[in-house]
Amino acid sequence: MPMRFVLDRLFRRERLDHSMEEELRFHMAERAADLQRSGVPIAEAERRAQLEFGGIENYKEQCRETRSFHGIHSFFADLRFGFRMLWRSPGFSILAILCLTLGIGANAAVFSWIEGILFRPYPAVAHQERLFALTGTARGDPDDTDLSWPDFLDLQRSCTLVDSFIVTKITGTTLSIGDRAEVTTGSIVSANYFDAIGVRPILGRGFEPGEDSGRSAHPLTVISYQLWQGRFKGDPQIIGKTQRLNGVLHTIVGVAPKGFYGTFVGWAMQFWVPASMEEIFEAGGYKLEDRGARWIEAYARLKPGVTREQAQQEIAAVARRLEKDYPDTNRGRSIKLWPLWQTPFNNAKTLLSTLEIMLAVVVFVLLIACANVGNLLLVRSFARRHEMTVRLAIGARRGRLVRQLVTEGLILAAFGAAGGLLVAHWWRHALVLLLPARGGVAMHLAGEIDWRVLALSAGVCLIATLLLGLVPALQTRDLDVAGALKAESAGVVGSGRRAWIRSGLVVMQVSLSFVLIVGAGLLLQSLQRIRNSSPGFSTHEVLDTTVNLVAAGYDPQRAQNFQDELLDRVKALPGVESAAFARMTPLSYGSFSSTPIAVDGYQSPPDEQPIVQYNEVGPDYFVTMGIPLVSGREFSRADDEKSVLVAIVNETMAAKYWGGRNPIGERVQVKGRWMQVVGVAKNSKYQSVRETPKPFFYVPLRQNFARGPGLNIRTRLSPEAMTAALTREVHAIDRNLALFEVITLQEQVDRSTSPQLVAVTLVGVLSGLALLLAAIGLYGVMSYAVSQSTRELGLRMALGATPSHLLRLVMSRGLALTAAGIVGGTAAALASTRLLGYLLYNVSPRDPMSFGSAFVVIMVASLAACFLPAWRATRTDPLQALRD
Amino acid sequence: MTNSSDILPGTLDLLILKAASLGSLHGFGVMLRIQQISRGAFEVEQGALYPALYRLEEKGMLTSEWGVSENNRRAKYYRLTRKGEKRLREQTDTWNRLASAMATVLDARPEEV
Repeated sequence: MPMRFVLDRLFRRERLDHSMEEELRFHMAERAADLQRSGVPIAEAERRAQLEFGGIENYKEQCRETRSFHGIHSFFADLRFGFRMLWRSPGFSILAILCLTLGIGANAAVFSWIEGILFRPYPAVAHQERLFALTGTARGDPDDTDLSWPDFLDLQRSCTLVDSFIVTKITGTTLSIGDRAEVTTGSIVSANYFDAIGVRPILGRGFEPGEDSGRSAHPLTVISYQLWQGRFKGDPQIIGKTQRLNGVLHTIVGVAPKGFYGTFVGWAMQFWVPASMEEIFEAGGYKLEDRGARWIEAYARLKPGVTREQAQQEIAAVARRLEKDYPDTNRGRSIKLWPLWQTPFNNAKTLLSTLEIMLAVVVFVLLIACANVGNLLLVRSFARRHEMTVRLAIGARRGRLVRQLVTEGLILAAFGAAGGLLVAHWWRHALVLLLPARGGVAMHLAGEIDWRVLALSAGVCLIATLLLGLVPALQTRDLDVAGALKAESAGVVGSGRRAWIRSGLVVMQVSLSFVLIVGAGLLLQSLQRIRNSSPGFSTHEVLDTTVNLVAAGYDPQRAQNFQDELLDRVKALPGVESAAFARMTPLSYGSFSSTPIAVDGYQSPPDEQPIVQYNEVGPDYFVTMGIPLVSGREFSRADDEKSVLVAIVNETMAAKYWGGRNPIGERVQVKGRWMQVVGVAKNSKYQSVRETPKPFFYVPLRQNFARGPGLNIRTRLSPEAMTAALTREVHAIDRNLALFEVITLQEQVDRSTSPQLVAVTLVGVLSGLALLLAAIGLYGVMSYAVSQSTRELGLRMALGATPSHLLRLVMSRGLALTAAGIVGGTAAALASTRLLGYLLYNVSPRDPMSFGSAFVVIMVASLAACFLPAWRATRTDPLQALRD
Repeated sequence: MTNSSDILPGTLDLLILKAASLGSLHGFGVMLRIQQISRGAFEVEQGALYPALYRLEEKGMLTSEWGVSENNRRAKYYRLTRKGEKRLREQTDTWNRLASAMATVLDARPEEV
């Protein structure tokens, strides 16, 4: 077909239509002339010709359909017509688009979060689909462990299915540049890090092979773009300059590209140092040659085409060999690969279940939004009944009509999708806002709107269109030409197919909202219980802060003197009851020291190694923290370097290793040194509020020195009041030291339970929206029913029904819908709330409280939604109604 | 319309092609020509004619141009294309085979079986 012809057909449809008409008219004229020749009078001939031929429009429609471009043509025509229809009722269109924007936007936002946090969490990192996280496992220990550096080197040497293994270990420092000191997060990485993830520094270089070996041999650092711009003012001569990190001068060798935040979900890394500098940044000494020191977090980038199972088998085989070669450190241990979205050592794990739940929640919201728009379409399609019937009468096929209506649905959904993507774009950083700030540390937790998210959103948009298209499809089936003017009977009590569909939609909305509100209630209760559950130490009246002596370049002796002096000064402050240092604050992100132990008379299972975590704490730690001692004594200043080594164990450890005997006076071997047990402490929570009781012990800080301990203070003063006093005391000793934020231990608990908070907030907000949409739906149905049954209401009134009677009539109809919705919702909720799983804490998924509150909330909302229509029903003027 | 003037399903296109092969015609002319050459046996329903003409034109069997009719009105004339001629030949053969086969079948007598 010549191109001109094609264009002609596409764009000159009007002209073609015109020629078609001319052709058909010519036919009729010829026929009339024919008839005339056979003796029929001219007027009669023309009339008969026209009658024989029938409707010209009819043929035109059929002729058009034979054309290949008909599909496109009619689609454009439908589109144009659809726009015109929507333009003509802006109220309807805006409401419908808002509903869909909400529904699709919520979906797009959650998709983008899942993409940006779980599936493609690391901007600028190449081939994330082949990146897998790596952790150690220990027989008999359900928790994952970190890996040791020698194990990592063996993996790197032995695995053929893996492109590269990379090490990253989150660390921090206080960065003092000019007069500003700031806590900054960074990573200790293997030398191949930047090459392996395909990130090229924009200035300078990454690390070179060999720079990750040799004890503190390569004080080099690559800084982030953000740090370069912010703290170094974009200095173009930055390469080769030095910066003090944890007391050691590091040479800046590179600047990472903009938009690269490292490889730790949640936090934006500001600097990277090679693993050779481990000792400067990690507590617990030099670990690069210690196979028993497990401290690294690692990723494996598989070769193209290798599955996780294949790589896992190879890695497990290497681990078995290591187990045989190094039984002292590797007995009972293996190594496990995780998909990125299940990475156990960063925020991917904590957000996974929240995002899973969100996925279900937003589908609910979408369904509710679609039901609302569906209801709006139904009302409107009633108004357009006449138009449809006329189109049918002049020869349009039913399929054409449905296509027209689906096109209108598509326009609405497309607008909703566009709006939804905007919403998702605006909200991509919202999760960061929900997580508590941690002393100004830069966070990165952004949604990612890439082609996969766009494709999924487009899919949602199409599903919405189909759902919306169902309504008009059902609608045109009911159309019949003859009955065009037959009014539908729609009473308050509801009858007829349309009323049935509308009611069904509302019942579904109420059910879905009910499920969401039950879910929100369960999560809220979990949050309350988790925050009010006793972690085993006092959460109020105990403050926690840190002075980073390592970053300030203190050597151990000077650090010790500083600690002693600060402690004396703090204890002398008015309002301070007691104070104590400890290396780790419970429930904080850092990791406790852990050690293989030996206990006299305890025989461990053959292939298991007893490994226990411990904390290094100062005198008065237990009284300050409010952890009760079951027996024995707490550490005192006398437990120092010169005296006998001592330890305090918790109840679980006492029970497990001494089997009911009193452990006081017994010995425990820690890192090769024997310590005497002097006390038994009650169990408390160490790393997570959710953890089950586990063996744990304490050793005196004095006998196990660590430079950067946290300071715990028991006082009734507020953190703000304490900050000023503490800063004064710290500066009195050393003007150059900076105090990290002062927080209550309750704040610490709250921060550690932030995933619960995120879940509650998101589910709460979305179920609120869902409830609002459902209430609007119910209101719409009831208003419409009332407006359609003015006659019936007027008649009832004329026959003596009182306004209160009518009020009850309408309300009871509305509440019947609600009741049906609640019944459905209860069944659905009973079946589905178990999915909340991990996010529930000490709350049964069938908790009557939550179901009860959801019932009350829904009832109140539906009473409010039904009241206005019911009140309007009582205002019916019977005379007016009957006259109409 | 009586049953006898009904066109067998599927044969309308063939009839139109044959009619057009005898000289270019406008739509009304096609109708008349079919009536004429079938000696009144076939009467094309007007409703079916134009969609069929458009369909054949779309498929490239017919081509059309505007001209002036015998009584001086603008009319659209349809002419057979090369493709249409080929198709007409094929269809004619097919039809003849089918018709003779049908005739043989219908002529069959018991003793021949």
